[in-house]
Amino acid sequence: MNWLIDFFGNPDNWSGPGAIPVRLLEHLGFSAAALVLAALIGIPLGLLIGHTGKGSVIVVVSANLARALPTLGLLVLIVLLLGTASIWPVLIPLVALAVPPILVNTFEGIRGVDPELRDAAYGMGLRGPQVLFKVLVPVALPLVMLGLRLAAVQVVATAAVAAYVGLGGLGRYIIDGLATQDYESVVGGSVLIVGFALAVQGLFTLAQKVMVSPGVSQRLRVR
Amino acid sequence: MITFDSVTKRYPDGFVAVDDLSLEAETGQITVLVGPSGCGKTTTLRMINRMIDATEGQILLDGSDVRQIDPPTLRRGIGYVIQQAGLFPHRKIVDNVATVPYLLGWEKKKARDRAMELLERVGLDPKMAQRYPFQLSGGQQQRVGVARALAADPPVLLMDEPFSAVDPIVRTSLQEELLRLQAELNKTIVFVTHDIDEAIKLGDKVAVLRVGGKLAQFAAPKTLLSEPADDFVREFLGRDRGIRRLSFVSSSYLKLRTDLTVTSSSAAGPSDDAWLMVVSEDGKPVGWLDRDEPFGTYVHGKDSLRAALDAALLSSSGQAVALDESGRVVGVATRKALDEALSEAADG
Repeated sequence: MNWLIDFFGNPDNWSGPGAIPVRLLEHLGFSAAALVLAALIGIPLGLLIGHTGKGSVIVVVSANLARALPTLGLLVLIVLLLGTASIWPVLIPLVALAVPPILVNTFEGIRGVDPELRDAAYGMGLRGPQVLFKVLVPVALPLVMLGLRLAAVQVVATAAVAAYVGLGGLGRYIIDGLATQDYESVVGGSVLIVGFALAVQGLFTLAQKVMVSPGVSQRLRVR
Repeated sequence: MITFDSVTKRYPDGFVAVDDLSLEAETGQITVLVGPSGCGKTTTLRMINRMIDATEGQILLDGSDVRQIDPPTLRRGIGYVIQQAGLFPHRKIVDNVATVPYLLGWEKKKARDRAMELLERVGLDPKMAQRYPFQLSGGQQQRVGVARALAADPPVLLMDEPFSAVDPIVRTSLQEELLRLQAELNKTIVFVTHDIDEAIKLGDKVAVLRVGGKLAQFAAPKTLLSEPADDFVREFLGRDRGIRRLSFVSSSYLKLRTDLTVTSSSAAGPSDDAWLMVVSEDGKPVGWLDRDEPFGTYVHGKDSLRAALDAALLSSSGQAVALDESGRVVGVATRKALDEALSEAADG
């Protein structure tokens, strides 16, 4: 507890390039960029595969890769290949980490829609893309949002690795702290990352409540 | 009119779902497709709006081949009602009903007004309009399904076992609602069911299909009951064909006796063994004179001979009390009158 008070009470941590707000923004930057890129890949792919039923093997491979992928190893490999001049060495492993939950959940959400509903939609005279965007997506939205939330939390928690290759973010407090045996920094950085991840989790939960139709979430009382 | 001209549906693996089917569904009538599971009745229905395409033969909708029409365009002009209603869970009831008008590019206000009008037509409280499908019972959802199919006022309605997932009481009321609606709207309806009683109740004509997608018989319900084409149809129709056929004979054939009723004030009977019906001042039936026994009534001319016979069986006297539509006694049908009507019915 004292370490925390020392960490947050230390004026050095509130000014200059190593200030908490700066590190927080860097961390947010990596995470948001990685999540947006992953969503741009995972959501369209998941919609397409779920709607057409073609290419589901991609989803299976992606789901398995997600379990096996060593983020840190990938990071080091890419640094060796590209150097540390750009943000890509951090982005690529984070995107690779975030795509599978987004892809798998989007796919499962679309594929899991009641076939009767799909049938009714076509029977009313909706065209393929209308069936997808007007019916399947709104009904599958809770799972799509779940995928985004899981990905976001994982990315925020993992973005600390950026510090390994000399980039910024909240990971710096942990990595630098370990190197200099400055445990205040280690604990303080960890707490910041955990808090950030929880905040992201809360934000996505809230977004889900706002975006998903009450008819789908069945949040309304049955009258 | 919908015409099937030698239509066959053969799947790539060689399975034949519908085999050389030819029949006509008349404009403004209810044509029922009925048969055991695997007889191709749903496939037949779905070939009309091209949810499935026929492999041989032609389906004509008022003379034009459905395969010349782009499927979404075709479907927007044909109402479609399915078993579990298939309502869109994320949309309010009013917007579910307005689905096709929205697709056709109607203004939102006009589409919603139309939806509200239809909800009322199918017997739903306007308060339901702002609810979501999960807040409605199965029977209510099915009514919404019918309203949705009718929203753009299509001349043709396809109904695929629409009432089979609701309980028997709700089913009966939905069937009656459909007949009432049809009397107002005169749509060309093709209705699929596995329930022969439903087929007989709703159909102007009934097509009985056998497993393998072959047409066994296509006839009016009354003909089906009196002259089943073969053993398969006879077996499928089940028991009591004779009694059930009486549902299609009007009770107006019964000769009524008016001398067997007395008003309560002049309660003196003409004979000791005849059962006399006591009628109140305003013409309502009161009971048998001097006998505290049950009596049965039917509405003369409106109810069927089956209902009249049922009323007679419920009366201790074996006589049915005939009422007019406002519930006033118009006479008594004796056993003799019933006997005569029954033998006439048996002769066709």
